[in-house]
Amino acid sequence: MSALAKKNDLDAAHFILGLSIAILVIVVAVPVLLIFLNAFWAEGKFNIVDVFAVLREPDTYQALLNSLIIASGTTLGSTVVGTFFAWLVTRTDLPFKKFMRGMFLVPFMLPSFIGALAWKMLLSPRAGYINRLFMDVFGLEAPVFNIYSYLGIVAVEVMYLFPFVFIQVCGALERMDPTLEEAARISGAGLFTITRRITIPLVLPSILSGALLIMLYSMAHFGTVAVLGIENGIYNIPTLIYERIHQSAGSFASIRTGTVLASVLVISAAFIIWLQGKVLGRGRYQIIAGKSFRPVELKLRALRWPMLGFCVLYIGVTIVLPTAVIFLVGGLKTYGLPFVSENLSLANYKFILFEYQVTKDAILNSVTLGLAAAFITMFAGVMISYVIVKMKVRGKGFLEFLGMLPFSVPGSVIALGVILAWSGKYGVNLYNTVWIILVAYIARYMAFSLKANSAALEQVHDSLMEAARACGAGMWQTLRDIVLPLVRPGMLAAFFLIFLPSLRELTVSIMLYAPTTRTIGVAIYTLNEDGETVFSAALAGIALLLIITGQTIINRVSAKYQG
Amino acid sequence: MATILVESVSKRYGKHQVLDYFSLRIEHGECFTLLGPSGCGKTVLLRLIAGFETPDSGAIRIGETVVARADNGTHLPPERRGLGVVFQDYAVWPHLSVFDNVAYPLKLAGLPKQSVRDRVLESVALVNMTGLENRLPSELSGGQQQRVALARALVARPALLLLDEPLSNLDANLREEMRFEIRELQRKLDITVLYVTHDQEIALALSDRLAILDENGILRQTGTPPEIFEHPADLFVFNFMGVANLLPARGEGKACLVGRQIFPVEPGACPDGARRLAGFRPSDVLIDRESPDGAPCLRGTVRRASFLGPVMDYLIDVDGNTLRASVDTHEALDRDRMFREGDPCVLRFRNLHWFDASDTAGKGAGA
Amino acid sequence: MSYVRLTNVTKRFGRVTAVNSLNLAIEKGECFSMLGPSGCGKTTTLRMVAGFEDLDEGEIRVGGRLLSSRTRNFYLPPEKRDFGMVFQAFAVWPHLSVYENVAFPLRIRKLSAAEIAARTQDALTSTNLLKSAQDSPENLSGGGKQRVALARALAINPDVMLLDEPLSSLDPHLREEMRFEIKDLQRKYGFSIIYVTHDQSEAMALSDRILVMKQGVVQQIDSPLNIYNKPANKFVFSFIGLHNFLSVNPLPDGTASLDGQRPLPEALAPPGELRDAGPLSLATRPSEIDFSTEGHFTATVTRKSFLGEIVDYQLTAGGQELRIQKNRRVPGPEVGETCGVLLLKPYWFGENA
Repeated sequence: MSALAKKNDLDAAHFILGLSIAILVIVVAVPVLLIFLNAFWAEGKFNIVDVFAVLREPDTYQALLNSLIIASGTTLGSTVVGTFFAWLVTRTDLPFKKFMRGMFLVPFMLPSFIGALAWKMLLSPRAGYINRLFMDVFGLEAPVFNIYSYLGIVAVEVMYLFPFVFIQVCGALERMDPTLEEAARISGAGLFTITRRITIPLVLPSILSGALLIMLYSMAHFGTVAVLGIENGIYNIPTLIYERIHQSAGSFASIRTGTVLASVLVISAAFIIWLQGKVLGRGRYQIIAGKSFRPVELKLRALRWPMLGFCVLYIGVTIVLPTAVIFLVGGLKTYGLPFVSENLSLANYKFILFEYQVTKDAILNSVTLGLAAAFITMFAGVMISYVIVKMKVRGKGFLEFLGMLPFSVPGSVIALGVILAWSGKYGVNLYNTVWIILVAYIARYMAFSLKANSAALEQVHDSLMEAARACGAGMWQTLRDIVLPLVRPGMLAAFFLIFLPSLRELTVSIMLYAPTTRTIGVAIYTLNEDGETVFSAALAGIALLLIITGQTIINRVSAKYQG
Repeated sequence: MATILVESVSKRYGKHQVLDYFSLRIEHGECFTLLGPSGCGKTVLLRLIAGFETPDSGAIRIGETVVARADNGTHLPPERRGLGVVFQDYAVWPHLSVFDNVAYPLKLAGLPKQSVRDRVLESVALVNMTGLENRLPSELSGGQQQRVALARALVARPALLLLDEPLSNLDANLREEMRFEIRELQRKLDITVLYVTHDQEIALALSDRLAILDENGILRQTGTPPEIFEHPADLFVFNFMGVANLLPARGEGKACLVGRQIFPVEPGACPDGARRLAGFRPSDVLIDRESPDGAPCLRGTVRRASFLGPVMDYLIDVDGNTLRASVDTHEALDRDRMFREGDPCVLRFRNLHWFDASDTAGKGAGA
Repeated sequence: MSYVRLTNVTKRFGRVTAVNSLNLAIEKGECFSMLGPSGCGKTTTLRMVAGFEDLDEGEIRVGGRLLSSRTRNFYLPPEKRDFGMVFQAFAVWPHLSVYENVAFPLRIRKLSAAEIAARTQDALTSTNLLKSAQDSPENLSGGGKQRVALARALAINPDVMLLDEPLSSLDPHLREEMRFEIKDLQRKYGFSIIYVTHDQSEAMALSDRILVMKQGVVQQIDSPLNIYNKPANKFVFSFIGLHNFLSVNPLPDGTASLDGQRPLPEALAPPGELRDAGPLSLATRPSEIDFSTEGHFTATVTRKSFLGEIVDYQLTAGGQELRIQKNRRVPGPEVGETCGVLLLKPYWFGENA
């Protein structure tokens, strides 16, 4: 009788483990494996010569180089900007610090390709509003700034990516034990020396970790380069994959190039993640302490208000201006007209929301895809995290390895992988249906769900579950009554962490869409490509409204959970 | 009846053999403490009895039931062993109110609503928490949370209560208060209590009997608190039970010597040629300026005098051996026993425990 | 002329007066402790001396040098005060080696390389850290980290050492060891110590004089023995060690009774100046009570705990609780028995003082 009970527990554990492994294998491992297989395996044997041949093609080589240039520039720029503002809002007496801190986080929720779209409207060499303003009004011969350039792309990416560094450095500076700096002061060091010799070295691991995150993101980033680069012949890895796969649908050579490029992405991503682990593991000093007073605050004195002015200007130019342009252009009768009231109306918005089939479909697709992906990924993530964090079963190590995979697989790789896996070659053909996008979304967002749910589960100490067992609850009862209620905040966080980004998803959907399965991101992008700039802007405006509303709800909910 | 019988139980984690053929009997109605340094396997033993771990060898009985037996794979899951457990970190469920926390075992047992209510209120009253039933754990102090855990462990009226360092997260005053409460609950409810701790003071104050384990999981001694304190089985037990002085002595002819001095001890304590350690507590040292009535004493020098409030704490050098003596402050003031550093002094001892000098378990004098 | 001098020092945080017109004089080479419950203003006082807080009134001088003064609107920043300071959470810099941590204050002062090497070496020797000089402080234990902090504070050979609960992050047995090490360092280097702690036995063991503080107001400044033996008020008495307070009513004939019911013998009469002060507190320490047939009054044992070297008794006398601690060799009553108790050292305080 008692032996039986034990066996049931074990069977249940093995069932959950098996299911978790199956999900990760099917959704993530198989597509990635197929990419490597296609890249390195030709005509039944391992073939590295062809891989190098592909990499040496001028287009491919240039794309690799471009990815590197853009990612390096973006990382450098974001690190400087992010660290500077983080220092400003945590260590100086800048007025309205709290508010400014919140403002610097806003770019997190703005999709960068919509930002790129806005900057294109402002600074494209001939039609950009700012360039035209200078040429028409001040009679300049040439445009002030050409956004279709490396510098333009890097600048736009920095605007939307610097919060990765900002948030890490803010956290490190706020958690830092102030007596570390006080000890330096009493040793005789002035504020400048302390900043240089104590503060900066101590938060360096956080700075580097944020920088690597940006590197990872920028290498695999599609939207900004697609909007601003392609026009001028600047391709990076994801845009080249897209171009090859999309234009020459399914040819062997294009698949080959795509998989080789995707392999490069996966390998660099894995390397960056490894490096980040190394930086954090070695350098994450124990600088957090209990008893704390206010940290040393640098008095900006005469610079106080000018600094605030600078911050406001920065936010005005990088957030307010592009957002306003999107909404204004969305209201124009024809692109290119000046923003005066007789040219502006809500007609475009009405049209795309209620009349235009393409955009109506796109909104519906994105919302249903987002909900479905968020729902499925949330539950799968909670189950997998539970096995990894809480269960003691043999074979867990393999699952832990699989669980790391989603973190290092960029979107365009996933898209390519699911095309290889689900296009009928292995019995199931989902190509050109909405299901293939769903599968890809699940793979893409699994990392978010695993992260949020593991964090929540780590908080649930083993003794809470053991206490339930001692009270007479079996394993399933313990899960239902104790574990699930306690990880609910983590699950909810996972849900929104997936739902909101999926509303603006572009990288994956652009590779997988069919005429009736456009998502919001795809529709904005293709409308823009087709020259329907005003509709594109209007749809982008609606996407922004959706995202801002969603974010506000999350903030309310998470504030409630914390309070 | 909840007599616990642990028979030849072994448990190994990887390469680390935590328990090796360990046997123990705990009687019904007893408050029994497992005392030992961290890593000695005392918590593992508790978890084996609770059913959170399975033994590699041996068997465990609670009352008449074999709850675990390695050779035929018997393992009764924890929820069916009919016991209450209280953990070091309280393990009060943060999403449930005090009432719901305590009611949970009864709800699982399928009791009707009214009797759930009655039993919960009774249990809450038992731990002096009446009126706080609707609070969430986050609104309670550490001590209150531990009371909730206690009420939850007791509500289903288990015959056996397991406590795993339940007081070590509480501050000193609260720890003392809870110590008394646990003791009184145990008597009132007539249950068996198994208490695991590394704190010898709690173990002495709380237990009917206690068992001392060393860092290798070996049982050194079981007995009542005075038995253990006054008659330590070996040097390890003596060292573990409080601040320990150990003075190396050697027998030469009929005399017993410490350094170059004659150590006045009862005959036969240290025979000719023997090397032994004389163990004693700081409060068993009688320190004076001059030998009263010329009685034989050891002579020493005060190296350090620390005034600690209620006691004066002296570090004394006797021919190169350091020992520690404590004197009540009021006594030191009234009887001229306020020594300064460098003062000479004479020492007598109330009670000596003798250990073989080769016993390696000693950690030296408690200085 | 004393060395560290605080005159009428006052500090307010919003509406709360953290330190209220504090006057203090600390001698050169003295070990001076500030003791009190958390929030009593002891840490604020130390931080004002260090220069991390400015003051709202008064002035601070060290060795004749003015450090802070409200009336003259003068404030010397901490980096110019030349103190050594040790913090509760160690505050050693994890990105620098032990050696570089200790050399930091010397490098800041731009001393010659030879001098830096010599002084760092000396400070490391004094704190037994020579062997770990090139290690990262991250690899040291709590005690090791605190030694690095001490060595760093010593490096400039300061006249005044400020210690902010330096031992409270350590294990109890390590705490005791470090206490002696600090004392030995003081003997060797001759600096004055201002020591902040909430642990009375630490303050007792270490200090030449102790200041007991409550809500920003000085309660007593005295030697450890006098703080223990001649407490200025009920608060000071209650803050040092275990204590019993019995409520007592004075009677017109000069004696008193345990809350109306039990008259106390003449031997236990309140001192004259307190006879008209209303209800009184009769204070004793658990270790300063004997069981005696000729006791001052009788009490009944409710709890008895064997704690090893001592046995702890709880008794009730006229509904009031009394605690007694005796060496385990002293014979004592069992639970339920009534016995006479003799207060060896009674103290009297006004009930609400």
